[in-house]
Amino acid sequence: MEILSLLLNGFAIAFEPLNLALIIFGCAVGLFIGAMPGLGSVNGVAILLPMTFLVPPTSAIIFLGAIYYGAMYGGAISSIMLGIPGASTAVATTFDGRPMALQGKADKALVAAAAASFVGGSIGVVLFTLFAPPLADIALGFGAPEIFALMLMAFATFVGLGGDDVAKTLFSIFIGLVFGAVGLDIISGEPRLIFGDIPGFFHGINFLVLAIGIYGIGEMLWTIEISKGNVVVSQASVSVKGILKNLVELTRTWKAMLLGSFLGYFVGILPAAGATPGSLMAYGFAKQMAKDPETYGKGNINGVVAPESANNAASTGAMLPMLTLGIPGSPTTAILLGGMVIWGLEPGPMVFIDHPDFVWGFIASLYAANLFSLLINIAFIPAFIWVLKLPFTILAPVIFILCIVGGFVPTLSMHDVWLMLIFGIVGYLMRKLDYPMAPAVLAIVLGPLAEPALRQSLLISGGSFSIFFTRPFSSVFMFIAIALLVLPLGKQALDARRRKTERT
Amino acid sequence: MRMAELVMAVVMAVFSLYLMWKSAELPIGWIPGEGPGGGAWPFWLATGMLLCCIATVYRWARRLTPESRSEDVYMDSRAFKLFLLNAGALAAMIGLFHIVGAYGAIPAFLIFYLRFMGGHSWRLTGTFAVVTPVITFLFFEIALQKTLPKGFTDPWFEPIFDFFY
Repeated sequence: MEILSLLLNGFAIAFEPLNLALIIFGCAVGLFIGAMPGLGSVNGVAILLPMTFLVPPTSAIIFLGAIYYGAMYGGAISSIMLGIPGASTAVATTFDGRPMALQGKADKALVAAAAASFVGGSIGVVLFTLFAPPLADIALGFGAPEIFALMLMAFATFVGLGGDDVAKTLFSIFIGLVFGAVGLDIISGEPRLIFGDIPGFFHGINFLVLAIGIYGIGEMLWTIEISKGNVVVSQASVSVKGILKNLVELTRTWKAMLLGSFLGYFVGILPAAGATPGSLMAYGFAKQMAKDPETYGKGNINGVVAPESANNAASTGAMLPMLTLGIPGSPTTAILLGGMVIWGLEPGPMVFIDHPDFVWGFIASLYAANLFSLLINIAFIPAFIWVLKLPFTILAPVIFILCIVGGFVPTLSMHDVWLMLIFGIVGYLMRKLDYPMAPAVLAIVLGPLAEPALRQSLLISGGSFSIFFTRPFSSVFMFIAIALLVLPLGKQALDARRRKTERT
Repeated sequence: MRMAELVMAVVMAVFSLYLMWKSAELPIGWIPGEGPGGGAWPFWLATGMLLCCIATVYRWARRLTPESRSEDVYMDSRAFKLFLLNAGALAAMIGLFHIVGAYGAIPAFLIFYLRFMGGHSWRLTGTFAVVTPVITFLFFEIALQKTLPKGFTDPWFEPIFDFFY
């Protein structure tokens, strides 16, 4: 009851005219920033942080929280409409969202993304309200072995992402992990894999460069080839009746939504994980558990719903350790944390006691931000659909320009733009030979998390891999990972035997 | 398609060997007190890549993959021409970023693509060639303060920045 009373008090604060206006404005700005390729919530929050010094701390965090939420919704828009991940958190949405748009189901994909984001965000914020302290304790009890085992489990789900050719899928994972290792060795600080001594490799390979290269440039080259240059982009239309019908149809995806929401929320709590790994893992698990896994990557609506619900739930989850323990769960929450310090607040358990208005006003604002992001997103769907109806010879150069500018903006480096072009061309050539590209993108995201966890674990155990099997959580994750890796291999062996029998 | 499958696997195998060699510039074994050397992680991953390439070549030889059984052409002449035109135009635009900057390269690319590849009218081409860089400038440089490359045109922007700031 105490929580309810605090929450009601929080709603009173969140619905003050200034705060409500900031929520609506923040959601709209976040939606737009999230939809721009190369820019995500972290850019939006960082750029607009100085503006918050004009308002009280509670209003400031409410505004930044609304931008964060809006950007989470917006990331899906360019993933679906243009095939370019609007933000890292929306990479997985591209896998099925883009094929749906090409099949003339852009409206359905956009409604699904918005509704799933709403469900994920709502579940996330309810969990946040009710179970903040115990969940934070569990997640923060994770050491390096648990984190590595969790990552391995995520990689194992990727094997299921790549269709039947396990060798090509594993190749894709390995090459993504190697690209994630480019830069400086995290422990010795020595340069590593600096190809041709080119200085641009010292800052590593930004995963957005790979993602935009493959899913922007590579996707466009692929689309142009298969259509022989005469692309019919989309026949999608939109109406209120159609949106309502799509919303009703979404009830069939409740399993993927719940899976994404809970998994995303838990991954979001983990320090240094955040919404991107959460959404990718949700996609992998949804595919693994589906009855029709072969339809994933070809426009399965569950492939949109799972990652979108996960990234919104994870973005809420990432705020939990930030507020309760002062440990950010994602880059965006790290900036929010910095903002709290600048506003004169000390993040940690005491903030709940010393500044209840701030905490509960913020939590209540998340409910409101979630609702307004949904409404603004759905209101803009006709505009998004209009973009898709432009002739492809207009849309293609605009998308190419967005790719180039989007690839440049995160690091302001032309080196990354050239690299993106190379990834786009090589990715396109490999895709023609059925090399799955999604696992490479997923691996470059998780690689920088997995390597330090592995090295720390081995250092603790003196080089013994048994450490992963002697701790309760890590051993469970390891066994699941092994099972997920062995199942596709076993299936492949059985298929080969069956084919052999059929031939004889 | 069959030959392309083999060529790609062999090229990637060679790339894997290069990565293994490159990773070995840092220690790849166990360092007492420090754990695995800095090169160990990429070295073993590159080894994994090589094994996957070997598996692909084996499956190619046994005709186990659809591509290894396919009689289709990897890229016909029309697809090759489209690929060259698009990838070439992109490379030229990125190259122009270094010389004339984003606000020279973007209109040039749009004029080439809209007018000469798309066959659109000069009015539409001109509108896009002017409006796109203006919106890009206002959004990225003014609103988000992300500076795009300007090449030799850099000094031309000083009065515009003076106007806004």
